[in-house]
Amino acid sequence: MKMNGAQALLECLKNEGVELVFGYPGGVVLKLYDEIYKMKFPNILTGHEQGAVHAADGYARATGKVGVVIATSGPGAANLITGIATANMDSVPLVCITGQVASPAIGKDSFQEVDVCGITAPITKHNYLVKNVEELPRVVKEAFFIARTGRPAPVCIDIAANVFNSEIDFEYPEKINLRGYTGENPCDEKAVDEVVAAIEKADFPLIFVGGGVIISETSNIVREILNRLQCPCTSTLMGLGSIEADREGYLGFAGMHGSYGANMAIQNCDLLICIGMRFSDRVTGKVAEFAPNAKIVHFEIDPAEINKNVQVDIKVLGDLKNSLPLLRDKLNAAETDFAKKFNSWLNYSIEIGNKHLFGYKTEGDEIKPGALISKISDICDENTIVVTDVGQHQMWTAQFFNVKGPRQFLTSGGLGTMGFGLPAAMGAKLACPDKNVVLITGDGSIMMNIQELATLADNNIDIKIVIVHNFILGMVGQWQRLFYNHHYSASELNLKRDFIKISEAMGLRGYRLTKAAELETELPEILFSKGAAVIDVYVPQEENVLPMVPGGKRLDQMVLS
Amino acid sequence: MKKFLLAVLVDNKPGVLTHVAGLISRRAFNIESISAGYTEEPSVTRINIVVSVESENELDQVVNQLGKLIDVIKIVNLSKAPSIERELVMIKVKASKETRADLVSIVDIFRAKIVDVTSENVIIELTGNQQKIDAICEVLSDYEIVEIARTGAIALSRGPIPVKKM
Ligand SMILES: Cc1ncc(C[n+]2csc(CCOP(=O)(O)OP(=O)(O)O)c2C)c(N)n1
Ligand SMILES: [Mg+2]
Repeated sequence: MKMNGAQALLECLKNEGVELVFGYPGGVVLKLYDEIYKMKFPNILTGHEQGAVHAADGYARATGKVGVVIATSGPGAANLITGIATANMDSVPLVCITGQVASPAIGKDSFQEVDVCGITAPITKHNYLVKNVEELPRVVKEAFFIARTGRPAPVCIDIAANVFNSEIDFEYPEKINLRGYTGENPCDEKAVDEVVAAIEKADFPLIFVGGGVIISETSNIVREILNRLQCPCTSTLMGLGSIEADREGYLGFAGMHGSYGANMAIQNCDLLICIGMRFSDRVTGKVAEFAPNAKIVHFEIDPAEINKNVQVDIKVLGDLKNSLPLLRDKLNAAETDFAKKFNSWLNYSIEIGNKHLFGYKTEGDEIKPGALISKISDICDENTIVVTDVGQHQMWTAQFFNVKGPRQFLTSGGLGTMGFGLPAAMGAKLACPDKNVVLITGDGSIMMNIQELATLADNNIDIKIVIVHNFILGMVGQWQRLFYNHHYSASELNLKRDFIKISEAMGLRGYRLTKAAELETELPEILFSKGAAVIDVYVPQEENVLPMVPGGKRLDQMVLS
Repeated sequence: MKKFLLAVLVDNKPGVLTHVAGLISRRAFNIESISAGYTEEPSVTRINIVVSVESENELDQVVNQLGKLIDVIKIVNLSKAPSIERELVMIKVKASKETRADLVSIVDIFRAKIVDVTSENVIIELTGNQQKIDAICEVLSDYEIVEIARTGAIALSRGPIPVKKM
């Protein structure tokens, strides 16, 4: 069928099953937006391109589908960068479509020209510059394939303005022909046999899951393996939800602000089975003394992650979808009574963990952040997606919110991007209209994309926004208290900002909670009410997130109080 | 530090070099030299990279990270296979009446060539492995070197099997 490039692009998106894009118009994408208008293609206009890309990211994290964002050339494209890097660090599939100046104008420092492929090369899995309309269908097909298969990640398509106006006889390709990429990741069965043998030999095994389990949708299989082994288990921040928080033997998440139990178990175990995680410095503590007594097994899709930060003893390459069912079946076929064998180690790990559970002290009628998050966790059912920003409130949410299932806890783990939360929560709600979405943010973070409150109002997107309002860039303040002589350099936020007025000005309801009793009397009602609302919760300024593994220390050298 | 020569076959498409260069800088790999050129297949470019690494582990990282690039078709470590390695250098040296004879004899010893002569200087061309090229540069440093251009090393495997079939 004959059509122009802009129509062709939208046809490509329909072929990929895209229901919704997040985008912001501008000069070189005007033709595209004209076709969006004519075709009534659903586009959410955000307040800022950064909001659009984080929203697409939240959409993708909540569903596993590819999130799509559109921006104009130059400043529009540049505004996507933080969001692309955020998604890239956490292996989130995105297709980012940017307009580029017309082909003849490229390289001339034309108005609103920026080298998108150059800038995004280190933060994408792949990128394309499309100068001829004939290439467009193939490129879009490849981009979606690359973004969603293997280890997912963002892909950028930079499209020269003339492409949107050029005519094409449109046909969507059926096949993909990439010589250097298959998207398939078979697993080496022999390696799985080695793992089974190692488990048979082990006395103190620990299962350690990461975000890969969520991405590969293998949380059920992990749980089946745990049912069989009855050994203790833990997760990374990104893996939260792959194991249900109330499982017996689940020790909480590990790492810098992880639980005492999880970190001690890592240091004590003799077999550490790491599944879909990448040994980030936030998780290993002093890397040379990470899991010193353990044989380390690594189930991983990305060969470049093997031995990158931590030397492993057994690697099981391949998609977890291929390797974990094999492991489960082989364990089920084994004769060992694992439950009996590991029982005392399981109880011991739980007992150690119980010595220092996550906690907080109640004082007067102040609202303690831990109490706030625990309360929200109690109120929310399994049909809830909790999204965080970055800072202390993020860690408190990870500690006190009992995440039950995969894709129910969305956070910027790898890049730690303040300003991620609000747009990501918005994207998650649009992806899952039947779920309740609660954003836990900070008084610093919310300001970084606060313009998206208006997007919520304009589009009737019903999420609840809880601001853990401590009048400080809390995580910065915590480090300044602990390591910089209590110098609050550029971290105090005791200004006169009024989040209720901001919310109302943007078209939303705003509430303020200041007393502990209001967690009972006010909070549930607001959370259950219809329509987006901002809940500004005053908490004390000088609370620490504990425990904490200080930089350069071993996981068992936690500061506990 | 150990050096390895990687033959990297990539799609001959725009942007490939950006991707390779972007990766090298992002991962802070130590690259001694890099060169690229057409091959027997018009759709394939061959990039020759000499990396310098501390350990096998670091070498694996370079190979695995490069392997993740979508437009990389194949990577072979030719330093670990029987192979022939060559680099080309051109050296412009000041040459007066007094030094010219010396220069000619150095050129002879190294089996290099003089490819250009003017009243003030000569251009010497030499093909060889890296040590040989380092050696001639070293010897010529006693004279006044005006400028040097080196291609970086390239290599082919010995025997009938090309890199793409390895
Ligand atoms: C975009 C960005 N800038 C700076 C930082 C560094 N940083 C990490 S946490 C934090 C403070 C966050 O403050 P707030 O949102 O109020 O959360 P709190 O720690 O108080 O809960 C800062 C500045 C960051 N992570 N992201
Ligand atoms: Mg704060």
